[in-house]
Amino acid sequence: MAHAGTLDIKNLSKQYRVNDAALPVLDGISLSIRSGEFVSIVGTSGCGKSTLLRLLIGLEGDYKGEILLDGQHIVGTSLDRGIVFQEHRLFPWLNVEQNIAVGVLNAPGGDGTKKKAVQEHIALVGLKGFEAAYPHQLSGGMSQRVAIARALVNRPDVLLLDEPFGALDAMTRGHLQQELERIWRAEGTTAILVTHDVEEAVYLGDRVVVMQPLPGRIRRIVDVPLARPRDRSAAAFATIKDDVMSEFIATPQSALSDR
Amino acid sequence: MSTTSSTTTCRIDLRGWVLPLTLLALWWALTAAGWVNTKLIVPPGNVLHVAATTLSDAAFWQGTLFSVTRDVSGFIVGALGGVALGSLLGASRWADRLIGPSFHTMRQISLFAWLPLLSTWFGYGELAKLVFISLSTLYPVALGAFEGVRGVTRAHLEVAKVYRFTRVQLLFRLILPAAAPQIATGLTLGLVCAWVATIGAEFLLANWGNGLGNIIIKGRSTFNVELIIVGMLAIGLVGTVLNRIAARLEAHALRRQGRRA
Repeated sequence: MAHAGTLDIKNLSKQYRVNDAALPVLDGISLSIRSGEFVSIVGTSGCGKSTLLRLLIGLEGDYKGEILLDGQHIVGTSLDRGIVFQEHRLFPWLNVEQNIAVGVLNAPGGDGTKKKAVQEHIALVGLKGFEAAYPHQLSGGMSQRVAIARALVNRPDVLLLDEPFGALDAMTRGHLQQELERIWRAEGTTAILVTHDVEEAVYLGDRVVVMQPLPGRIRRIVDVPLARPRDRSAAAFATIKDDVMSEFIATPQSALSDR
Repeated sequence: MSTTSSTTTCRIDLRGWVLPLTLLALWWALTAAGWVNTKLIVPPGNVLHVAATTLSDAAFWQGTLFSVTRDVSGFIVGALGGVALGSLLGASRWADRLIGPSFHTMRQISLFAWLPLLSTWFGYGELAKLVFISLSTLYPVALGAFEGVRGVTRAHLEVAKVYRFTRVQLLFRLILPAAAPQIATGLTLGLVCAWVATIGAEFLLANWGNGLGNIIIKGRSTFNVELIIVGMLAIGLVGTVLNRIAARLEAHALRRQGRRA
């Protein structure tokens, strides 16, 4: 699967209409993401980062510009793009195994292959032994693991993560970030993570895209040339984290002149 | 995952028996002391006696069977129609706009007000009774299904979109399972309505046919108060049994997923 999952976003703009007035949410976003790359997108609320992700998954349309996946324009939702939402969005009437199987429901391949893929992904997210558990019996962190498995089970080229750990407690979050990195490396998919947690963005991203609001634009892209798995307490990690953090303290004017 | 250990009390709570037993004792005392006209308020012993002879009569059991069959057939027709109608109204904004207002207006017409029309159209036979019972079931079931389908969250609909559910998958793998608790509530309510309608139909569309309602009619026409009471008790008992069965089925279907305690 060489070069699968290369994403090209070219001059992407999106606006909503509110009371007959145009409200621009994204303005001139251009970003190229390599196959297998992990890109974090950080920004304050209202910077359009979630809208960007919803455009990439295909739940929103009506944009200007281009979104190309492996050279093809994306049209609507597709099984080659998976997503993990902030809430797990599992079906409460299905158990862990059945919820993950939703991901392969419309994927090509026989029942045997699908069953195997589901079993592999249960193991991948560390939920062996919980196959028969229902969502109400799972903790928030475990539910999010199931959601990750569901998103990955049909082996999408791109995995989109919309603040997936935003609702979890700090300890669970840290642990799941570590787990996500391991899973991402095992699967080799392109990953795009939207978050408002700078440390999370730096810990996971090969690059960190900093966005600014009203309208949503890319302010700066910060490279994270650190070996994985990363050490959050290392000085180099702190330097990059501070660098990204400084973008949120700097005045908008000086940042604009950067671009 | 914690398995909450619920200490199930095996002891039966007897408090529910206090009121009926007190009333029974009062009833017995009043009639035994001769303070009331025992032609109208008959002694409990006589009722027991009539009950014994009624229960040993095959016609009673046949009547019960007829009533239950009527009830269940009408319920099934009404329930299927109700789930279909409610789901349609809940799922399609267009259908809701088109049919919804009429549906909600029709609902305001007491079901018993339908009877003169139904008997004019279908006479006093089995068909009229069946239509009446089905109609009685339809409303609560449709309302339950409507609420349930309406309650399907946008978040889950997006999941279905992401995994490219077909229309059939959307219905059977998302909408109906998501609406199941409300549909179950509607069905339970529908069952109560169906049984009330069954007896009502036997009463008001009376054609000297077979059924539990006819026992009461027979009791009244022969001034047999004991028989009327026996008939009432039988109707109450059958209704209770039907509801117990429905509640069991509902709990069994939903408990597994922790959607009902």
